[in-house]
Amino acid sequence: MNGYTAMVASGKRTKPRSGIAGAVGSAIPHESSEKHVSGEAIYTDDIPEPKGLLQLAVGMSSKAHARISSIDLGAVRAAPGVIDVMIADDIPGDNNCGPVIADDPVLAPGLVQYVGQAVFAVAAITVEQARKAAQLGLIEYEELEPILDARKAVAAGSFVLPSASIKRGDSTGAIASAAHRLKGSVSLGGQDHFYLEGQVAMAMPAEDGDLFVYSSTQHPGEIQQLVAAAIGRESKDVVVECRRMGGAFGGKESQPALIACIAGLMAQKTGRPCKLRLDRDDDMIMTGKRHDFEIDYDVGFADNGRIEGIEFMFASRCGMSADLSGAINDRTMFHCDNAYFLENVTIVSHRCKTNTVSNTAFRGFGGPQGMFGIECVIDDIARHLGKDPLDVRRENFYGIGERDTTHYLQTVDDNVIHEIVDDLEKSSDYRRRVDEIRQFNQAHELLKRGIALTPVKFGISFTATHLNQAGALLHIYADGTVHLNHGGTEMGQGLFTKVAQVVAEELQIDIDRIKITASDTSKVPNASATAASSGSDLNGKAAQAAARTIKRRLIKFAAKHYAVAEDEVVFENNEVQIGAKRVAFQELVHQAWFARTSLSATGFYSTPQINYDRSTFSGRPFFYYAYGAAVAEVIIDTLTGEHRVLRVDILHDCGKSLNPAIDMGQIEGGFIQGVGWLTSEELWWNADGELKTHAPSTYKIPTCSDLPVDFRVRLLESAANREDTIHRSKAVGEPPLMLSLSVFHALRDAVASVGSNNRTPVLRAPATPESVLDAVSEQQAAS
Amino acid sequence: MTSNSQSSIRFVLDGEVIELAAVDPTRTVLQYLREDLGKVGTKEGCAEGDCGACTVALAEVDSSGGRLQVRAINSCIQFLPTLDGKELITVESLRGPDGSLHPVQQAMVDWHGSQCGFCTPGFIMSLFALYKNNASPSRREIDDALAGNLCRCAAYRPIIEAARRMVTDYGERQQAGGWLLQPHAANARAGDDEKRRVDLLNSLKSDRSLALEAHGRKFFAPQSSDEMAHLLHEYPDATVLAGGTDVGLWVTKQHKELEVLIYTGSVSELRAQAVSDSQLEIGAAVSLSDAMQPIIEHYPTLEELFLRFASPPIRNAGTLGGNIANGSPIGDTMPALLVLDTSLVLRKGDGRRTLPLSDFYIDHQQTALQPGEFVEKILIPLPVDGEHVESYKVSKRFDQDISAVCGAYRLVLDGGNVADIKIAYGGMAAICKRAEQCEKTLRGKPWNEVLLDEAMNALGRDFTPLSDMRSTAQYRQRICRNLLQRFYLDTTGAGDERLYSYGR
Repeated sequence: MNGYTAMVASGKRTKPRSGIAGAVGSAIPHESSEKHVSGEAIYTDDIPEPKGLLQLAVGMSSKAHARISSIDLGAVRAAPGVIDVMIADDIPGDNNCGPVIADDPVLAPGLVQYVGQAVFAVAAITVEQARKAAQLGLIEYEELEPILDARKAVAAGSFVLPSASIKRGDSTGAIASAAHRLKGSVSLGGQDHFYLEGQVAMAMPAEDGDLFVYSSTQHPGEIQQLVAAAIGRESKDVVVECRRMGGAFGGKESQPALIACIAGLMAQKTGRPCKLRLDRDDDMIMTGKRHDFEIDYDVGFADNGRIEGIEFMFASRCGMSADLSGAINDRTMFHCDNAYFLENVTIVSHRCKTNTVSNTAFRGFGGPQGMFGIECVIDDIARHLGKDPLDVRRENFYGIGERDTTHYLQTVDDNVIHEIVDDLEKSSDYRRRVDEIRQFNQAHELLKRGIALTPVKFGISFTATHLNQAGALLHIYADGTVHLNHGGTEMGQGLFTKVAQVVAEELQIDIDRIKITASDTSKVPNASATAASSGSDLNGKAAQAAARTIKRRLIKFAAKHYAVAEDEVVFENNEVQIGAKRVAFQELVHQAWFARTSLSATGFYSTPQINYDRSTFSGRPFFYYAYGAAVAEVIIDTLTGEHRVLRVDILHDCGKSLNPAIDMGQIEGGFIQGVGWLTSEELWWNADGELKTHAPSTYKIPTCSDLPVDFRVRLLESAANREDTIHRSKAVGEPPLMLSLSVFHALRDAVASVGSNNRTPVLRAPATPESVLDAVSEQQAAS
Repeated sequence: MTSNSQSSIRFVLDGEVIELAAVDPTRTVLQYLREDLGKVGTKEGCAEGDCGACTVALAEVDSSGGRLQVRAINSCIQFLPTLDGKELITVESLRGPDGSLHPVQQAMVDWHGSQCGFCTPGFIMSLFALYKNNASPSRREIDDALAGNLCRCAAYRPIIEAARRMVTDYGERQQAGGWLLQPHAANARAGDDEKRRVDLLNSLKSDRSLALEAHGRKFFAPQSSDEMAHLLHEYPDATVLAGGTDVGLWVTKQHKELEVLIYTGSVSELRAQAVSDSQLEIGAAVSLSDAMQPIIEHYPTLEELFLRFASPPIRNAGTLGGNIANGSPIGDTMPALLVLDTSLVLRKGDGRRTLPLSDFYIDHQQTALQPGEFVEKILIPLPVDGEHVESYKVSKRFDQDISAVCGAYRLVLDGGNVADIKIAYGGMAAICKRAEQCEKTLRGKPWNEVLLDEAMNALGRDFTPLSDMRSTAQYRQRICRNLLQRFYLDTTGAGDERLYSYGR
């Protein structure tokens, strides 16, 4: 089928570092795969329900912007099975679930700011009773004028956070003096996470009025803080646990706080365990999504396509509160260079306040939107000059040793984009296929093909420097088995598998000797969200540090016990070589325990070298960059705008992969998810600000048949991370999503072929059949 | 309740006959599994049959009487009483007696087919149904079998890989194992385990119809058309339940209280299919999966339409009669059935009438059905020589999506002239309907591009579509015209390949 199949089947690309089962570099299956396929993996809603559990539902605002003049919950209280109801006034602590700024009420305190905002909560015996009762609330509103889109917000000066800008060089002068100049605007839609497991939390009262909360969350520590604040207590009074999520993609970074706070508040109010599991439609209406953007650009460039000056305006629809929009829009600004050197550049970023759901983190975290902007510019330049877009891309790549400073003044010193693109151009047979496609398009009236090669360069680290820290907790029991815990969360990305591989490698024991355990705020405190692709980088290092601490103790003990030098103690393949003697790992552990050695340790890691000044947007926000590129070939039907992805070639840089099978899954899955964002996934609001695409019947994520007919994915050989990351690997969660830009630009290429090929197609994202047909018609009308 | 009725349901789960009395008629199979049995392996992803996380398999004795037929369904919208007489198979049923994973499960582990794992039980069950029905599926057959299962981690490539290998690399060594472990094998005879299961299911059969009353609701599963007619006479406001792929959502999403349900799935006349010299006769309770087979056999150009109709779990539960009687303006089968001059046999009490489908739809979700009347049979004329029939569906996604526009066309040429033409569209009005102005423009005229232009313009007089989340009115108008152009090109041989199956 493709390189990957060959790799796994032959074990060729699998280069484990050692002979133990589950060594670093081995393509072992996901740690829970047997439980996944047998239905035995426990998700939050699967946890056996405690006695007396109440099920919750939420009463939502039906108006986009209004003052609440009255709330009558009489019918709700009287409904069958209802035990209690709650409104904003019932909240004893902070009425806030906003992660950065306290502008996100748990329950609307008199003002509603989007359709779907939580106004009241109801507790009943069964889920159905709670949901039925929640429909019975009578809320009267005094309506206010809503602002629903970003352009209107900019015009009205409606922002959740101050606008920001980065300026380097003289963009205005460079544009004016350039041989060519283009201006353009493009609209880019948002994206619902559509994690298959909806938002859910279960809170259980404990003694002292404490709460134990099960939450499907990427950020247990933040749930702990926000629930504690909402119930008027402190972090020590709340424990949050999450074994795994059924998908998250950024949608469970800040959004679970609302769910967990409601569950926690109601548990406190009723003194009974409470569970809130959102129905899919409510989930899609109530919780935030990827930001949609309006992008304007003005670019000046030379005859060869090299950009001499560029000005960008990014306006994102943040919704009714700040949420994580500050850092998300910062990342848009950091990534609107993608892999290109922008010498004279001005970027203006508006964070628009609108009466829509507060948009949030989503795989790529603003980066994809920035990259979308520059890739459109590059494509437009190529069409304008009649050049192959690949040649214009190359002309603008960051250099090696020259033209290598970003607009935020970080040096791109690990640039492998040339190597990747050169390889891919050849291995995908790009040039020959460009010719073939031209011929095909000349011979076909109705069907048109297109092709594009797009690069990815993605900065790895949280741009908020303080978040780049992680902790782990490791116990070795006297029988030689291991309990592993760290602050990261498992959402399907394989983090728990990779971290266990790191510990297995460090201790040189088979991975099945290690128990992987749920993320738990009482084991590892103050953990950052598992986000920014950094899970393995941070938690792998922290777990390794913990393992090394215990290993050092074991070495010290062994040296003393067996009277050998410490460097004569070597852990290898479930055994320990101690001078001339070789003992089983568990035997040494047992001896060490008997000799009263501590076999428990914490590990901690903070990313080195990064420093960055938000006030000037300069410094080194990123520890390193991850790279990749993709070639996509598509076909469109010019009668309907329908399209199919025919072939995709990807070459992606994971450094030295910790687990090639898992990394391959992230690359393929991220790519497809990105294709969904840019093609079929359309969020549609009506004029009253009601989201009408709030279920899989109306919101269309890719299915099996959308997988490219011919899909060839490879990991970049050889590429060890230049930085000292965990086993020289690279982060892989987010970067591959942006490989999907190749599909969007292949569609643009196909549309362009309807006319002269040199005309810039006006293609909105997502490129639904309607969007493609509009662009086709526009080309036809102009030619 | 008649004294002669059966008041509890019986079905098989993991080798045991389960008998339930006082079942809430609108309790879903998923609620029963998760909440009553604590079998939480089966997941809820959307509660509307669109994501597949809740997929389970049902086994029934096939028409030969000696074999089991396995089909995947969505447990989230399947009402529990409809399990009566069937075997339910869940993701927790599949491990072998020694605790080892089922070949389908092992293939998925080995080929890295799960990431977050939440959709996985549903994929496993759709793959299991494929495993029991197809020993060497093609890419398109795999895509189709999995069209109702969404994987947001998008592990589709490894899942396809596992699907390709599950029989050849894993299943074939299981031939000696129990029935669950054995892959599909053409011409194979039933083994001992399968025979036992068939016998067990046969032992559940009863000639007494099911009549439940619990939680203030009544549920009837009549076994004959007479009985059905009688019940509907007695309860004219009853909800007629066929596959439940829409009615299920009235309960899970709209929280409607349905007081009386009359289920069509046990009525023998409604489950029958026949082909005469002139027409296909399809009982109203025949599943879409079964009904599409003879239709495609006689009208091969409609294959794409049916493959793109929802997903296998929906087609396995949903019925052609239900799709028609529901009267949705975006129902996918109606435009095609309209141009084929389909008619319906409607029954009320002892009386029957035959009504052309084109007279059945009156207004938005309003049909010609009178209180107490039901659809008994669908009559589809067989093709005549020389006619061209096509149906085209346009949606945001190829699989498991609802049409923005669905067009259907039937042309009979006499020399170069249009002897007869029928054109119908869904998505263009409050009901699926014929394009009468357009047809009038075409009839009797030479079938050429000049006429085509005129006909395309006439469509503007036939339809005034709306804008909604699926598309704008302008797009609908344009597609409506362009699809007619496609039909013209297809009849002249100038049409290009269809993208649905392009390259697959």
